[in-house]
Amino acid sequence: MSTITETTPAAAESAAAPEQQWHRPTYWPFVLPALIVVLAVIVFPWLFTIWMSFNEWKVGSPTTFVGFANYLRLPNDPRFVEAVGHTIFYTALSVIFPLIFGTLAAVVFHQRFAGRGFLRGVFIMPMMATPVAIALVWTMMFHPQLGVLNYLLSLVGLPPQLWVFNPATVIPSLVLVETWQWTPLVMLIVLGGLAAIPTEPYESAEIDGAGFWQMFRYITLPLIMPFLFIAGMIRMIDAVKSFDIIFAITQGGPGSASETINLYLYSVAFVYYDLGYGSAIAVVFFLLIVLLAAMLLYLRKRMLWTEIGGGA
Amino acid sequence: MSPRQLLGRIGLWLSVFIIVSPAILFFLWMISLSLKYEIDNAAYPPVFIPEQFAWKNYADVLASNRFLTYFVNSLIVTGGATLLAMLVGVPAGYGIARMAAHKSAIVILIARITPGLSYLIPLFLLFQWLGLLGTLVPQIIIHLVVTVPIVIWIMIGYFETTPLELEEAARIDGATRWQVFRHVALPIARPGLAVAFILAVIFSWNNFVFGIVLAGRETRTLPVAVYNMISFDQLSWGPLAAAALLVTFPVLLLTVFAQRQIVAGLTAGAVKGG
Repeated sequence: MSTITETTPAAAESAAAPEQQWHRPTYWPFVLPALIVVLAVIVFPWLFTIWMSFNEWKVGSPTTFVGFANYLRLPNDPRFVEAVGHTIFYTALSVIFPLIFGTLAAVVFHQRFAGRGFLRGVFIMPMMATPVAIALVWTMMFHPQLGVLNYLLSLVGLPPQLWVFNPATVIPSLVLVETWQWTPLVMLIVLGGLAAIPTEPYESAEIDGAGFWQMFRYITLPLIMPFLFIAGMIRMIDAVKSFDIIFAITQGGPGSASETINLYLYSVAFVYYDLGYGSAIAVVFFLLIVLLAAMLLYLRKRMLWTEIGGGA
Repeated sequence: MSPRQLLGRIGLWLSVFIIVSPAILFFLWMISLSLKYEIDNAAYPPVFIPEQFAWKNYADVLASNRFLTYFVNSLIVTGGATLLAMLVGVPAGYGIARMAAHKSAIVILIARITPGLSYLIPLFLLFQWLGLLGTLVPQIIIHLVVTVPIVIWIMIGYFETTPLELEEAARIDGATRWQVFRHVALPIARPGLAVAFILAVIFSWNNFVFGIVLAGRETRTLPVAVYNMISFDQLSWGPLAAAALLVTFPVLLLTVFAQRQIVAGLTAGAVKGG
């Protein structure tokens, strides 16, 4: 994501520009096999999904063309509307918390200390581990009677919680898992940003008597802003389509209290086998993600513009 | 060391400890759960280190025939999807980088943004129609959705940074484009190959969505098998935690030992497929 918009074009143009024309046709054989695979498993499914979304298509019964009927069902489907609400709530929390903790962690990992590489490896284990395996252990930890989390709460004098078994706390509890799992990714991206900051501003700030917090607020934060945006964008895309953790821990429950669009899509398509309607949800879901990403990009452009305009 | 420096040092180590502890404590607790008998797992307050280790939990999981079947399934699906992806993705990354065809990367981006479930509806119908359900083939094919974009994306990045001078020299000496790729570009890009391979393996191994729809009883991969243990077969925590740990152990081992490659790959932007 980041490489496309920021770094690649410049690097590649300087390298390949003189020979570009000459190369263009001759490298097709290298790309062709991958092109066939991509057409088969990515492009074809997409076209097929769009076509199916205009049909009434249930497994085992004949197909009929229904135009936009599947799409018109969506706003009148209370479960879908509710799922949109859950998705937005879940996504907002799952972007904010990892961004905060990830930035703090990056500031720490930017320092030099013994065993940094190894500890960084340990730190990113949550995001690399098999999600289902993690979800299983979290399920045990959330257990109201036997779970270790309620025991830890009791140690600090807090009352026991029902965690994922209470409709009011299920989404925040799942966000706890999501935050634990994906904070490392934000950390890695921000760490890359920190590595690119020159040391001069800090040196002169130190001479001027700036404290740690001031340096962070007025030097570090503005300079890592682009990286925070990228991290936020990737986080948003992943959180919106989060599936494994939610499905394995709650299956969208209790009731439908944690049912996001992705989980509802699963139910429609593979529990009720209403494939036409499921395809319509898939298309709308995808457009929603693209829209959110575009909004973030627009916001970023606006901010850049005001920064330049304000002379800051 | 001045008192102020010492204080800074202590503060740093304290922060490091706080930041790493959620990950460490979680996995230690996972190990603890997997090594306890039912009595200890049901005890309150919780037992952290039991008096007797329940190695039996692991023995039980490993002794069941099914676990071995599912392990082999996982190996075939992940291995097949990764090797195929390397086979088509590495040359493609090279071609795209040399043609400077940046627009083609949009397809990769779309693949990255699309929820995995949306591929499942049409491909599920296709596999049903082809009569492939019940074999491992559909899962290998659909895992390509995860592995191919990762490999192409990372290899574009690597080939763009490798110097062109060597390749030009080889061409002047009369090498064909394929020979240049095979004998000049590929050896230089070896670190990139490792990164692409490792990430493709991990994300394919971890994949769950595709399996729950496409896998039958005989064709489950390990994540799906573990999920089915929660819902149907097992209620005791010890063996469950042991199975979960066995499934994710190869990935954790790879993460700690290849953390440099993984970090390089993830920060290149190719994160998480499906």
